[in-house]
Amino acid sequence: MKSLALCLLLLIVSTASFAQKTIPAIPVKDLQGHTFNTGELNNDGKPMIINFWATWCAPCKRELNTIAEVYDEWQKETGVKLIAISIDDARSQSRVLPFINGSSWEYEIYIDANQDFKRAMGVNNVPHTFLVDGNGYVVWQHNNYSPGDEEELYDKIRALTGK
Amino acid sequence: MTRFQNIAIAAFIWLIVTPHNLFAQEDLGQFSGNFQIDGQLYRPDTAINAVVPPEKMALSGFGNLLYTRGKLSGGIRFETYIPAPVAYPAGAKWTGTGIGYRFARYSEESFDITVGNFYEQFGSGMVLRTWEDRGLGVDYSLDGVRVITKPYRGISITALYGKQRFNFNNGLVNGGGIVRGVNADIDISEMLDSLMFIPGQLMIGGSFVSKYERNTSSQFDYPENVGAGSLRMKYSLRNFQLAGEYAFTGENPSRLNSQIIPIPPDQDPGVGLWLPGNGINLNATYSQKGFGISLTASTLANMSFQSERNAGPFDSWINYLPPTSILQTYLLAQLYPYATQPNGEVSYRGELYYHFKKESLLGGATGLKFDMSFTQIKQPRITMLDDLGTTRNGAEISLFRSGELTYYADFNAKLSKTISKKFKASLFYMNLVYNNDVIQGAYDFNNEAAKGTVYADMIVFEGNLKVNRTNNLRFEIQALFTDQHLQDWLSVVAEYTVSPHWFFSAINQYNYGNADGDFFNFPVGSLGYIKDSSRISLSYGRQRAGVFCVGGICRVVPAANGLTINITSSF
Repeated sequence: MKSLALCLLLLIVSTASFAQKTIPAIPVKDLQGHTFNTGELNNDGKPMIINFWATWCAPCKRELNTIAEVYDEWQKETGVKLIAISIDDARSQSRVLPFINGSSWEYEIYIDANQDFKRAMGVNNVPHTFLVDGNGYVVWQHNNYSPGDEEELYDKIRALTGK
Repeated sequence: MTRFQNIAIAAFIWLIVTPHNLFAQEDLGQFSGNFQIDGQLYRPDTAINAVVPPEKMALSGFGNLLYTRGKLSGGIRFETYIPAPVAYPAGAKWTGTGIGYRFARYSEESFDITVGNFYEQFGSGMVLRTWEDRGLGVDYSLDGVRVITKPYRGISITALYGKQRFNFNNGLVNGGGIVRGVNADIDISEMLDSLMFIPGQLMIGGSFVSKYERNTSSQFDYPENVGAGSLRMKYSLRNFQLAGEYAFTGENPSRLNSQIIPIPPDQDPGVGLWLPGNGINLNATYSQKGFGISLTASTLANMSFQSERNAGPFDSWINYLPPTSILQTYLLAQLYPYATQPNGEVSYRGELYYHFKKESLLGGATGLKFDMSFTQIKQPRITMLDDLGTTRNGAEISLFRSGELTYYADFNAKLSKTISKKFKASLFYMNLVYNNDVIQGAYDFNNEAAKGTVYADMIVFEGNLKVNRTNNLRFEIQALFTDQHLQDWLSVVAEYTVSPHWFFSAINQYNYGNADGDFFNFPVGSLGYIKDSSRISLSYGRQRAGVFCVGGICRVVPAANGLTINITSSF
């Protein structure tokens, strides 16, 4: 056990010299069932929000409903794109498409049915929001949602785009 | 975990990290991970028969560390249960501290190989889904090899071979069975590309999975190899989408399927029934901006598929059979959660979502959202066979033919409205039929499953008051009315948040007019602090006996009183 602990300690201490966090390449599905690799997520050099949510998660829906009301303005001002990753499994997956349409959301949506992408991103619980800069680096993340959190997120986006 | 294994893992991590950077400036790759710690302090409370373990405290937690460098990645998870909280996990005990998961993976465009632990899902999971839910305490990861190839555009083939996690005892403990499987998914639209035009988008797929478990019985000639397969399709055309899957298993006697029919005492119930399994799941949706409907029909007959014949109801599941009912998140609705009956059920669900636009007749100035759903789950028609002494099929279960018994039914509807810039409100109603003799998800104050069928109505009013840019008050008033089980409940939830860091909540669930004429309050107070991706929360109060469910399965949680602390973080 000692050798392992020592080795990991060394690694953790030296993480500062390692690369910043980027988006891992994990296959997810789009709403038609096509496979999509998350390594290809991009927004032409503009920032992206990656948000993990589920149809059974009430605070997730509150967050995405709140952002939906201002999403037009956010896009116009900063060019930001929101990618909503549903972790709904086979139980509730068939609800995702009618639900997002019924909610009039304009987000880019993918389904992470067995939580492979969630695991790779180190997400404990939903909602969990990542802000990715134009170069593909994760510059900020936030777990949980309280009303008003979207303002902090938007401040960070504006800081990134210099607006 | 032996000393040799530790050194091997350390050496492996060392190898992928160090050699190339000694002389050249190169990308060293990246680390990421997350951890969670849950602590609980138990206090005695005789009024609700609260449990107090001998240690009086419980501590469980895990930490994942992932490393990625180009096409190579590796990961490891430390877990600790000293001891696990009472009634956690759902199945076989997890104890001690050690490594519960480790893998190495190489993946490129058309080839991907993983050795060690992995999670995988074929189709909707009806024949194979190995998954984890740490909150619930399930981990069905496979430990072996998985290869994924993409031989041609639109085609993906997965093959896997491994043993399955059974429990945790100072480290990962695999069960005795072996799981082998192969899956093909074909995206017809992508494969044909411009060669041939088909309207819409079509995906098809198929899987075959087989499990092996040695027969140690001297009395019964159990099948050592049991196969299972599935075929599925998904078709989208403009606003329509249609999806379906058919799955089967071979004759699969197990501890679980001996309960399909009453077995007379002269026939050993431990032998199970020697029945093949069948299941069909169909879904159709139509949706456009502001409107969506979805219809689901599903039926199962003897579809439990576990890598160990004698596994308990929560252990060693190879497949995943999701319940058709919708998971409601309101506290009182969780008194009656449905769990799939793998031995057989016939279920239907319809749901509707509608967004009345701003400035429309019903939408008013700010719009109005409406959704509703109806679910009905019944026993399948079962024809008894008098063959327990010979072929031991025991019964014939008809797909999509309902029997007499209703297992579960619910109708619910919800209206949500933004009243003003400061205030949002919603109203929820649910009518519920819940057969606890079959589902066994409702418990009384002696921590025993209640008898009979529960008929309940529930109403919730939820309000959200935005005090200013960062301060917010959210509240729920919930009422549940029933003449069965513990009878009527009233519950109040108040949650005050100061974005982005603080939350405070107070909850009380009040049970009144129950059969003994007693009143019970279940108050809980919580506070939490959130900083970026880390969260710490403390709660103190009474927890009622009940069931904690995620996805398809539920774990029984006994009544408790005390303090809990949760810490989560990602990096």
